[in-house]
Amino acid sequence: MTVGVAMPRGRRADLSGAVLPLFAATLCLLVVLPIGWLIVFAFTDRTRHATLANFRVLFTDSAFLDPLLTTLVLSVAVSLICCAVAAPMGWIVARSDMPFRRAVRIVVTASFVTPPFLGAIAWELLAAPNSGLLNQLYRSATGQGPDAVLFNVYSLPGLIFVVCCYTFPYVFVLVANALDRIPGDLEDASSMLGGSAWRTARRVTIPLALPALAAGALVAFLQAMTLFGAPGILALPAGFHTMTTKIWSLFQYPPKPELAAAASLPLLAVTVVLLRAQAAALGRRSYAVVGSHAPPRPVKLGALRWPALLLCLGLLSLPVFLPYAALLNAAFSRIPSQPLTPARLTGDHWRFVFVELSATRLAMKNTFVLALLSASCGTLLALVISYLTARAAVRGHRVLDVLATAPIAIPGIALGVGLFLAYTRGPVVLYGTLWILLLAYVTIELPAAYQQLRSSFRALSVELEDASRILGASRLRTLRTVTAPLLGPSLVATWCFVFVAVVRELSAAAILFTSETKVLSVLIFDLNESGDLAAIAVLGLTMLVLTSVVIVVANVISGLRSGPRVRAA
Amino acid sequence: MGTLQRFAMASMLLAGTAALGAPPAASKVTSELIAAAKKEGKVVWYTAVDLPVAERVAKAFEAKYPGIAMRVERSGGERIFQRIGQEYASNIHAVDVVNSSDAAHFIVWKRDGILAPYVPEDVALHYPAEQKDPDGLFASWRVWLSVIGYNTNLVKREEAPKSFADLLDPKWSGKIVKGHPGYSGTIMTATFQIARDLGWDYFEKLARQKVMQVQSSADPPKKLALGERAVMADGNEYNLFQLKEKGEPVEIVYPKEGTPLIIGPGGIMKDAPNPNAARLLQSFLFSTEAQQLMVDFGGLRSFHELVKDKPGRKPLPEIKLMKDDPAAVEKQADEIKARYSKYFKV
Repeated sequence: MTVGVAMPRGRRADLSGAVLPLFAATLCLLVVLPIGWLIVFAFTDRTRHATLANFRVLFTDSAFLDPLLTTLVLSVAVSLICCAVAAPMGWIVARSDMPFRRAVRIVVTASFVTPPFLGAIAWELLAAPNSGLLNQLYRSATGQGPDAVLFNVYSLPGLIFVVCCYTFPYVFVLVANALDRIPGDLEDASSMLGGSAWRTARRVTIPLALPALAAGALVAFLQAMTLFGAPGILALPAGFHTMTTKIWSLFQYPPKPELAAAASLPLLAVTVVLLRAQAAALGRRSYAVVGSHAPPRPVKLGALRWPALLLCLGLLSLPVFLPYAALLNAAFSRIPSQPLTPARLTGDHWRFVFVELSATRLAMKNTFVLALLSASCGTLLALVISYLTARAAVRGHRVLDVLATAPIAIPGIALGVGLFLAYTRGPVVLYGTLWILLLAYVTIELPAAYQQLRSSFRALSVELEDASRILGASRLRTLRTVTAPLLGPSLVATWCFVFVAVVRELSAAAILFTSETKVLSVLIFDLNESGDLAAIAVLGLTMLVLTSVVIVVANVISGLRSGPRVRAA
Repeated sequence: MGTLQRFAMASMLLAGTAALGAPPAASKVTSELIAAAKKEGKVVWYTAVDLPVAERVAKAFEAKYPGIAMRVERSGGERIFQRIGQEYASNIHAVDVVNSSDAAHFIVWKRDGILAPYVPEDVALHYPAEQKDPDGLFASWRVWLSVIGYNTNLVKREEAPKSFADLLDPKWSGKIVKGHPGYSGTIMTATFQIARDLGWDYFEKLARQKVMQVQSSADPPKKLALGERAVMADGNEYNLFQLKEKGEPVEIVYPKEGTPLIIGPGGIMKDAPNPNAARLLQSFLFSTEAQQLMVDFGGLRSFHELVKDKPGRKPLPEIKLMKDDPAAVEKQADEIKARYSKYFKV
């Protein structure tokens, strides 16, 4: 324990008083400004006179009603399917003796690095009705004619499927982590008292895991509703719009920012209502799990061990193995839809991307500079805010809590619109610089980072901090020297989460980029416009490798520096 | 390519209307210009031409003028237009030289006064008068067609569509891919010409054929090569030339009703961040060397009189063309997009 060092008392003024309100103000700037502009634009016309005309169009024109309905169907379906898949898989991985369960868990978590737009393009390669590799395989295996189609990714079910692939890791991680935390002795108690296995599951395990599953359902719903990447790739060829692609299309010339702002407000409203409902529901169902942390006893699957593993691997092939196989194939095959053979092997696509494509280097630099900066700034901001709210350190901390959570309700594309409106006019013009993208990324990722760190704070007892304060350290110093080291692993996890999320972000970037500030996701999206699938495969794979390297390095560094000490604490 | 002059349309010229004074004198590439451009060290080209062609041209420029890094910003013509509008509204001047696939954009940019007068020597000497702006603000950098195409593995030659009307046959339902006028300048121009000559009725019926909708006019040819769809209703002739000459199973159809003619002008910006490199690039883009590269590698066509057609490609005079009319496209663009979205739902 390194806490009890002597502190120079009363020598320096406690800066906390000044620094803490600064963070609050930053937060207001990050969140209130773009949302404010969105609301102003939604309720005004081109000359900024108040009007409800935008909403009249929104709720009467079928060009908007259809996407609204499509988005609703998409979100509900994704939410239900993700829960149906993630809950049993989470249970198998967290609570059973399935072989390789740790590896399965790592792969699911790692699948999070796949951007949904890249996954969608990979699934185009696999399941486009005619050229898709799986459909070709199906036709040659069954000897059916050229019109036989097993999967059609250019359809609403196709889109639902792809969105599920890249949303279910969220639900899985929530459920599996919740199941980890249920102490085994509660279940043991139940069975010792004569409860059958099913009764134990029904009365103990499921109720304890239910809040996490509900949270997962909600996250999946919100992800599906606000996602732009996968619909941006698949919806147009399928012949429909979702709300996010519709909002994006409103930026075609002549841009209609008023309608775009109005169209994003229903998404905001739905999200706020759902989050409140969840808070209310969980408020009544909070379980304080106290007592020993007996590791949960794995349930013996017996003969089902290997089938369970097969099931997990089968499910994992959908978001991970098959898409990456398709991308690898496209990166090396002369024509992306043809299976790789020695005769078709080519390095041309790699040469094109790294030698000819003049946008590659700039986009890579921009992406990684932004990801590093956003991850660092976002984690720092989330750390301070979660400290303030978890420890009720300033008056009005509940407002901070609301502000830090609010961006979760704003679709990235709408936030992009809001930031665009806020920073293309004076006094501060940030459009055209990396700063505006940094603002967007930090704002978008703040809720997740904040919630992660807040729950870590809640799990941390306050005695050590109190001791530090009693010994005369300021709040900031306490945060830096006591709390932050204790939170080490959570901080690294949060940092990595934001880093990955920034690399895969497309929706806000698609609105905010300029040619000088293009990022990889936008470059890939542009390449998709002209159908350059092989170049996309090369860039996508490169992006994946670089991201993985950064995450491994971050974890190794943090493991060397703080791992043992934290465990000792 | 003197023969092309007969097919060159005067409308672009008319768009400039009654320019006062003589056009700016032709500019040679001088050693001072090259030195000044090298000092700037970079140049940014916004273009709608298909990316591999654009990058090939950029590499040729960099090879000829070492020390000047050329960055290509490629996107659909309509998106280029939207992008420049959005950037200029915020006083962001990132683009040096621009090339669109929708000639109507140059009418707007000229009216907005954001183009700089500059006439490369090649344009003055070797380009027909109809293909250059009287005030020297732009000239026709490339010309191509929006054609019908099919995959020869999936469609027999005798069964292939011969006309736009053929595409409405129920047998093509679910087998057609086409570009989108909201993203692609080529498709915007082609949609205007087809709607003018055949009526919107045609698109209303085509929309019922379960068309696969993509964005760029460069994409339908690639979807044919993948075998994803059997027929393309519109898209770049030049991509089909490229694919066909590489041995991919694609074939071009020049529709009976006439083929939409697309002209892609190029010009430099008044507020170009690298004004000297911009001039040097503009001169290079209109040189015999770059024009021949664009034709040979890219499958495009050129108005430069010294540039030679590639054998095996059908010469323009032998093709029945639809008449281009950028001034009318400029007036009707919003209506075309709205009407198109109504029929095709995207």
